Amino acid sequence: MSYTDATIQLLSPEGTLVENDVTAEYLPRVTALSDEQLREFHRQMVVIRKIDLDAANLQRQGQLAMWIPSLGQEAAQVGSGFAAKPQDHIFPSYREHVVAKIRGVDPIKIIELLRGLSHGGWDPKDHNNFHLYTLVLGSQTLHATGYAMGIQFDEATATGNPDSDEAVIVYFGDGSTSQGDVSESLVFAASYQTPQVFFLQNNHWAISVPVSRQSRTPLYLRPSGFGIPGVQIDGNDVLASYAVTSDNLDKARSGKGPQFIEALTYRMGAHTTSDDPTKYRENAELDFWTRHDAIARFELFLRAKGEGDAFFAEVKQEGEDLAADIRARTIALGVPTTESIFTNVYSEPHPLMDEQYAWLTQYEASLEGGQA
Amino acid sequence: MSIENLSMAKAINNGLREALKNDEKVLLMGEDIGPLGGVFRVTEGLHAEFGGKRVLDTPLAESGIVGTAIGLAMRGYRPVCEIQFDGFIFPAFDQITTQLAKLTSRHEGSLQMPVVIRVPFGGHIGAVEHHQESPEAYFAHTPGLRVVTPSNPHDAYWMIQEAITSNDPVLFFEPKSRYWPKGDVDTSASGIPLHSSRVVREGTEVTLVGYGPMVTMLLQAAEIAAEEGTSVEVIDVRSISPIDYGPIIASVQKTGRCVVAQEAPGFVSVGSELAATITERAFYSLEAPVLRVAGYDTPFPPAKLESIYLPDADRILEAVDRALAY
Repeated sequence: MSYTDATIQLLSPEGTLVENDVTAEYLPRVTALSDEQLREFHRQMVVIRKIDLDAANLQRQGQLAMWIPSLGQEAAQVGSGFAAKPQDHIFPSYREHVVAKIRGVDPIKIIELLRGLSHGGWDPKDHNNFHLYTLVLGSQTLHATGYAMGIQFDEATATGNPDSDEAVIVYFGDGSTSQGDVSESLVFAASYQTPQVFFLQNNHWAISVPVSRQSRTPLYLRPSGFGIPGVQIDGNDVLASYAVTSDNLDKARSGKGPQFIEALTYRMGAHTTSDDPTKYRENAELDFWTRHDAIARFELFLRAKGEGDAFFAEVKQEGEDLAADIRARTIALGVPTTESIFTNVYSEPHPLMDEQYAWLTQYEASLEGGQA
Repeated sequence: MSIENLSMAKAINNGLREALKNDEKVLLMGEDIGPLGGVFRVTEGLHAEFGGKRVLDTPLAESGIVGTAIGLAMRGYRPVCEIQFDGFIFPAFDQITTQLAKLTSRHEGSLQMPVVIRVPFGGHIGAVEHHQESPEAYFAHTPGLRVVTPSNPHDAYWMIQEAITSNDPVLFFEPKSRYWPKGDVDTSASGIPLHSSRVVREGTEVTLVGYGPMVTMLLQAAEIAAEEGTSVEVIDVRSISPIDYGPIIASVQKTGRCVVAQEAPGFVSVGSELAATITERAFYSLEAPVLRVAGYDTPFPPAKLESIYLPDADRILEAVDRALAY
């Protein structure tokens, strides 16, 4: 499976801008980007790839229970992540490590989750509205739609001010499209005309099952049955991801209702470190997507624009430094307190929490006494 | 004191109206709850009074209702969802148990989930399959949820308002067999906190413990027992998660005998939990094992058999006799 006639691509695999009737609608958003913004796209893609590879290695070394690689999906995530405005709310699935990073979530928070130290725990209010990862597939699409309904009830959207009008973007994958919650969220979104963008990363594999098992129709066509427009983009093209998401978010925030983007990309690695993709997929497919890699393509583009070796060396070094920093901090992470098992189950006092924590405290004290 | 004589359906309706008036963040959402007023008319008139942005007729999808309510709560709203019938809550089971119940914990306390889910439950209405069930144990078993059920109009009026002001998610089970009988509602004060159990009839020889629709049945049994010369105390548990054991244990310590009754199947149920804890905490006061009267461990039968399936005063009294025989 690869691109189709419908796939919107702004940057060719050779690193040149694609100019035609379709891209003309989106290219002004690309040309409006400063050189610094373009460099930042590249920086984020390179740095997260290094962090991602190192985190997978940390799992192999026994430092993490699991890692969820994002290798290959950097462009889909970086482009859409930068398309969101500060006032927008982002509901991730569980692989959007670089979107988290762009919105100010320290990658160590994701490490904590996968090391068995937390269930996420960051406060979206303090992290530029980047919500927690959701491991039950598709559940977050309904939360995103409900949140977007709230934005609408608050009249915090479609006022005509793009700098304050709010919108929501929700991430999910090709496997999740088979979940009932995703269909229900499309129903609710269409019904209430919510200000939101559904951002589907079709990475072609739900663990070991190909997307052809999930859908007999291209997934960007599915929302049309719900009354929601859908587009398909080259998800390995960071400029397409940025420009089309930015366009769709602007539509959503200006009262045009929900939008749907299918980003064609590829999970270059395993589903998680518990998986072995050599058991179920062909090398030819991997070769195709290697030739369409997001970072190599964008480097060609930047070099043609005049970026030199110094910048690329600097970015590489930054990735190595940050990955080293995360490795060191991972190994130094402590274990949460026993009390934390009980503290936030409820917001208000609860007799079972008090009784059971009191019992556990006494029990642990008795063990210490026994050892003395 | 300000007393009104109301049905439970009307008492909940009035409670919802107060909640909508008191806090503009309160929203009602569900199937057919708008102009129709819900299939039991519990939301009657509220759509006309507060409009479609406060009283939402949603698409027909229970997971969608609860999932979007979660998103609305994240935005600062206090959604009150109506699940049309007990047996239709299961499409929302995933959102309730894996999301709603856990989000405060997952956020390490920075996010509160003030969502109420109203569920008409229980039998005695002669309805078809999936319309007469008692699924409360599934939710009482789930950490992070609170589960309450009123047995009379006064409690219903206050408990729905207290559930809505709770910052934790509350499953609010409404005994549909009690929707229509009227009772006095004191609209000036609730008289008791949400998570309290209460002695509703004093007695000395046996303690009967139940909640929701079963309380009426326990009171009937107590009346018959009194005529036969046995003094029975009745406790309305009201909150089945958490359970307020104070009045229950005090009563059992006094009577030495206890029967727990419910409509739900007995295996791994709220009644099982009550019996186990009462035995643990009142062991030296007990003259007999704590006995349970429950629905049979079968699917809820076709309606013409429900009077055999559902515990009635006779089955409760049979257990009372057994407890007294020890």
